[in-house]
Amino acid sequence: MSAQTITCIGCPMGCRLRVLIAGGQVASVDGAGCGRGAVYARQECVCPTRMVTSLVRVQGRHAPLSVKTARPVPKEKIFACLQSIRAARVTPPVRIGDVIVADVCGTGVDVVATMACTEGDS
Amino acid sequence: MTDIDIVIIGGGPAGLAAAVAAREAGCDRLLLFERDEVLGGILPQCIHTGFGLHVFQEELTGPEYAQRFIDRVHALEIPVQCGTTVLDVTRDRVVTAVSPMCGLRQFRAKAIVLAMGCRERTRGALMIPGWRPAGVYTAGLAQRWVNREGWMPGRRVVILGSGDIGLIMARRMMFEGAKVLACVELMPYSSGLTRNVVQCLDDYDIPLMLSHTVTDIHGRERVEGVTVAQVDAQRMPVPGTEQRFDCDTLLLSVGLIPENELSKAAGVELAEATAGPVVDESLQTSVSGIFACGNVLHVHDLVDEVTRESAQAGRAAAAFARSAAGLPPPALRVRDGAGVRGVVPQAICAERVAEDVSLMFRPTAVFKDATAAVKIDRVEVARQRFRILTPGEMVKLTLPKGLFARFKGACELTVEVTE
Repeated sequence: MSAQTITCIGCPMGCRLRVLIAGGQVASVDGAGCGRGAVYARQECVCPTRMVTSLVRVQGRHAPLSVKTARPVPKEKIFACLQSIRAARVTPPVRIGDVIVADVCGTGVDVVATMACTEGDS
Repeated sequence: MTDIDIVIIGGGPAGLAAAVAAREAGCDRLLLFERDEVLGGILPQCIHTGFGLHVFQEELTGPEYAQRFIDRVHALEIPVQCGTTVLDVTRDRVVTAVSPMCGLRQFRAKAIVLAMGCRERTRGALMIPGWRPAGVYTAGLAQRWVNREGWMPGRRVVILGSGDIGLIMARRMMFEGAKVLACVELMPYSSGLTRNVVQCLDDYDIPLMLSHTVTDIHGRERVEGVTVAQVDAQRMPVPGTEQRFDCDTLLLSVGLIPENELSKAAGVELAEATAGPVVDESLQTSVSGIFACGNVLHVHDLVDEVTRESAQAGRAAAAFARSAAGLPPPALRVRDGAGVRGVVPQAICAERVAEDVSLMFRPTAVFKDATAAVKIDRVEVARQRFRILTPGEMVKLTLPKGLFARFKGACELTVEVTE
């Protein structure tokens, strides 16, 4: 049994949630002002995930290209994902949604472009 | 001088949405001016997610959100001139614009949509003592350098102000390998979204120092450090609480100011509370045929809300350009009641309300278990309960257009918040 205190992000109240975890499961959530707190704590304390957004270098250009993970990835893999994204290079043309890094860090999630760049741009 | 139906000034989310809506309302001759080389305004540098939940029911990044509207503008064949600065707007709606491609030109417009957005408050507005070394930047400028131009402004960073751009930049600088030492906030609460405090600061153990401020900046050529002190209830530094952070960069996220130089040139009346134009329910300013929307009107939290508001301005401008009829002046004045600041619109013409009316405002402080109430000539017409209201989140109350038929000839509408 372990305890954790987190801040609910459901609304500006920012309730402090005291969460008891037993056997990898949330046993109890204390301090939530509404139902959203328990739902958030179940996700956040068992398997926290985040969308990761960053930049990749474009061959021959100074301006970078923005990218995102197509879905949220486990929170503990954020920095590993950032490293793979940093190592990637792209060559124009790129369209929004093009896969830049497939299955990033074995998460099963692709990193995709959120910006287009055409061969003519500089 | 070229005659035209609508000129839209600004190609950010506000101008794009206004242009699309005006075209869809049947306006043939419109023209959009953008100062930057690309469309999208601030969005192309906001590479994080969180845009579009209301408009598209999905969570997009800034560049993706912008591209949806840019594609729409192109599909509707709306003429756009980037790299073009509008120098002047007059009361009789003559717009003077200059660009390297076309030189100086003048347009006589039937209607104008002001969509110039806002600027960041800078160090000068805060009057922090110290030399003027390199390394003190607004958070949005740093965001542009990092995300669009590929430059890192520094390696050890302190952030002053906990607005959303500052919080987002704390995470972004860290993702790019910088060390973020602290986020310092003058007020006893963050002005950013809880979600951003948790996901940009707490996730990476970046301390949020509430009721603190920067009292000195060290370094002559380059920032070498800052002094941070606690502040008392009057927001004055408490002697003896100073601590020094060694850093090479100070980012400022200390507020946004609507950019209304052109509005002033046109003689548009500005509101003290919002620093934007005074508008009626159709988003028309005090100058007939000139409309305003987005962050030039009042600083928003969500781009989705800018899009909604600006589409309304676009439709209203198209209707004005079509009829060119003088409208009756709005008689119903909107007032900020207790606990409320900066209600937009500031006036309503009950006789001609064409769409549901959204009243948008910020509470003056944090209110828990609050009630927002709307009264017209002291008759309560709407009431809504909120678990919490904070100055960091704009509040919107929507009144059905049918309501106003009952209040023709009314004088005053008041919005107030009580705990």
